[in-house]
Amino acid sequence: MSKAVVATTSLAGCFGCHMSILDIDERILDLIEVVEFNKSPIDDIKKFTKKCDVGIIEGGCCNSENVHVLKDFRENCKILIALGECAIMGGLPAMRNGIPIKECLEEAYIGGPTVQGNDQKIVPNDPELPILLDKVYPCHEVIKIDYYLPGCPPRADLIWEALVALIKGEEMDLPYEVVKFD
Amino acid sequence: MGTIVETILKKYGNDSTRLMDILIDVQNEKSCISDITVKEIANGLNISMADVEQTLSFYHFFSKTPTGKYTVYLNDSVVAFMMGREKIAKAFEEAVECKFGEVSPDGLIGLFNTSCIGMNDQEPAAIINNRVFTKLTPFRVKELVKDMKAGKNINEMFSASTGDGNNSHELVHSVVNNNIRKEGPVLKDDIAQGEIIEKISKMDPEDVINEIKDSNIRGRGGAGFPTGLKWEFCRRAAGDQKYIFCNADEGEPGTFKDRVMLTERAELLFEGMALAGYAVGATQGILYLRYEYKYLQEYLEDVIKRAEEAGLLGRNIAGNKKFEFNIRIQFGAGAYVCGEESALIESAEGKRGEPRDRPPFPVEKGYLEYPTVVNNVETLCSAVKIMKYGSEWYRGLGTLESRGTKVLSISGDCFHPGVYEIEWGFTINDILDMVGGFDVQAVQVGGPSGTLIAPNEFDRILGYEDLATGGSLIIFNQNRKLLKDVVLNFTDFFIEESCGSCSTCRIMPVVMRDKLVKIMDGIGVAKDIDDLFEWGEILKASRCGLGQTACNPIVSSINNFRDLYTSQIKTAKDYETGFDLNLAVQEACEATNRVPNI
Repeated sequence: MSKAVVATTSLAGCFGCHMSILDIDERILDLIEVVEFNKSPIDDIKKFTKKCDVGIIEGGCCNSENVHVLKDFRENCKILIALGECAIMGGLPAMRNGIPIKECLEEAYIGGPTVQGNDQKIVPNDPELPILLDKVYPCHEVIKIDYYLPGCPPRADLIWEALVALIKGEEMDLPYEVVKFD
Repeated sequence: MGTIVETILKKYGNDSTRLMDILIDVQNEKSCISDITVKEIANGLNISMADVEQTLSFYHFFSKTPTGKYTVYLNDSVVAFMMGREKIAKAFEEAVECKFGEVSPDGLIGLFNTSCIGMNDQEPAAIINNRVFTKLTPFRVKELVKDMKAGKNINEMFSASTGDGNNSHELVHSVVNNNIRKEGPVLKDDIAQGEIIEKISKMDPEDVINEIKDSNIRGRGGAGFPTGLKWEFCRRAAGDQKYIFCNADEGEPGTFKDRVMLTERAELLFEGMALAGYAVGATQGILYLRYEYKYLQEYLEDVIKRAEEAGLLGRNIAGNKKFEFNIRIQFGAGAYVCGEESALIESAEGKRGEPRDRPPFPVEKGYLEYPTVVNNVETLCSAVKIMKYGSEWYRGLGTLESRGTKVLSISGDCFHPGVYEIEWGFTINDILDMVGGFDVQAVQVGGPSGTLIAPNEFDRILGYEDLATGGSLIIFNQNRKLLKDVVLNFTDFFIEESCGSCSTCRIMPVVMRDKLVKIMDGIGVAKDIDDLFEWGEILKASRCGLGQTACNPIVSSINNFRDLYTSQIKTAKDYETGFDLNLAVQEACEATNRVPNI
């Protein structure tokens, strides 16, 4: 059986979900027996080199680059999983939704208590920089997402079981405690 | 002499459960309730500022900023739009020179939108400083604004004629019309004042309850709980005080029959409350009246006073030492959800109008934790008639499941909008014939929380067994765009009126509205329709009827007018988010002077 190809990325997230992927500990050795990683921070492959079976997305979309990466994933992966609160609902970054961007930028670069040395009151606007979106979007509001794994971060066991179920083509066991957080 | 606030607090005995009355008086005196005032009220009542603030922020008619010497609330319900609201709004904005949601720069006139004010049969209508102005025209708006700018007293701004019946009473003095088109046994003015009070005062309260139970009358507010049973539960509940509430918070867009009954049959209603009080052993009655009907206050208080003078309210009613009953009026301040009985009780206690968890039901633990009966205006009026003519007579009216009559509020595209009392069991076709409906595309039965019916179902009958209704029927002709004019407006209404307590009701209607707009914008896919339909189920987890039915405009229109949705689907794609990167980066580009290079 050929190995399933997996890609991962972190958009407007904190990399906590990727840490949780690594939290599967020694099982990662079992994992690489059945999957190979393509574009992912885990192996530092920057561009897709082939079509993938599974794409794992951490974080929502806060800027134009996030949107391009996400669309790239949709084109190159058969199945997309939104991993964690930010990818599913926008998460903490979405707390800026509802505050005008101008105010956010001024707080970050001009008037905020931690701003130092910006005497010329410059708000970064280099054409090379991705452009902020009007709000932080959960992934499914930009492209189609096939599966959602909740949590902040989702527990390592949940990620492990989800990948195993996907690769084996089996139903996933999702006990209530795993998806209930309050 | 203390400050205005001190005087008001004193009037209500510095009782924090009367916070609603206090805030209403302060708002009327000062045209706003500022932070300083909040502090003064909190100190005076010995509660926290947050306690005052949470009630204050809940209700539509309270404001922390001045709302103008003249405050205009223009109805934005479906029928208002059908009757030309847009022109009226434009005329106001031009004459006052400010937008809706704002106050003119000189602070004289404030323009605001408001949910249905119970005048659907005489739209477009507005409330200005607690007085109602109906059938507005752009010309009339110019006159009104001119009068406001000249500083005229609100009562001098009426045209020469006042409305029919008691609307012309000196204590009402309103241009509102009753439009009673068909009087049935309940509306009919055929009882001498005090006759029934006299009769029941000689009866055993249990026998009164049995008579009501035998009549099989069910609550007329919409939910249809058997009235006699409710009274019995309350009578059996332990409590050294009990309360009778009359729910006159008719906020369901399209309903206005309670307004007419309050105007014309107030005596009957108060006798109904006293009757209920006698039956369950309650000595206190509270009429919870929606703020939109504030113009009826003086008149209703006068009716209560006259009843007291006639020995029909107060102590020793009809010479029976055990028969004591008093009534006071409690005003709301603009919140549809307060029509839900436990939210209504919360509101009357001076709190946010959030529905309670049940059990315990109000009949066990209601107002101030005492056993409480909450009945609709029409239910209480009907009870008096049952006591006059007997339960057997009442059972002879209507259908097997739905005994008696129903007072309907009919509006929209018909020749004779108004109030009709009919026996349960009439079909929609019968009703359309009666009211002169023409070229009918659809009928909304039971307000936004009810059902949108297509012509192929016009042979369905009104009754708890088929089309249950609190009394609102709105007729739409072929020219109306049902999705845009009706379904979207109703959904916005639910979003506006959600108390926010349950996450389902706070969030789902917004998500569903967005999806509806997406479909209307022509970028929907077939799955969006299925999603809307399925997601409606999630709302059933809400605590009260408002949340549980907030999806009804969308779900019932998909059920009965699916073509309206499918015809908007222009793509065979199975998934489309409608996300537009160009639009999404626009704000940031403007904020940072960048050219989109996406």
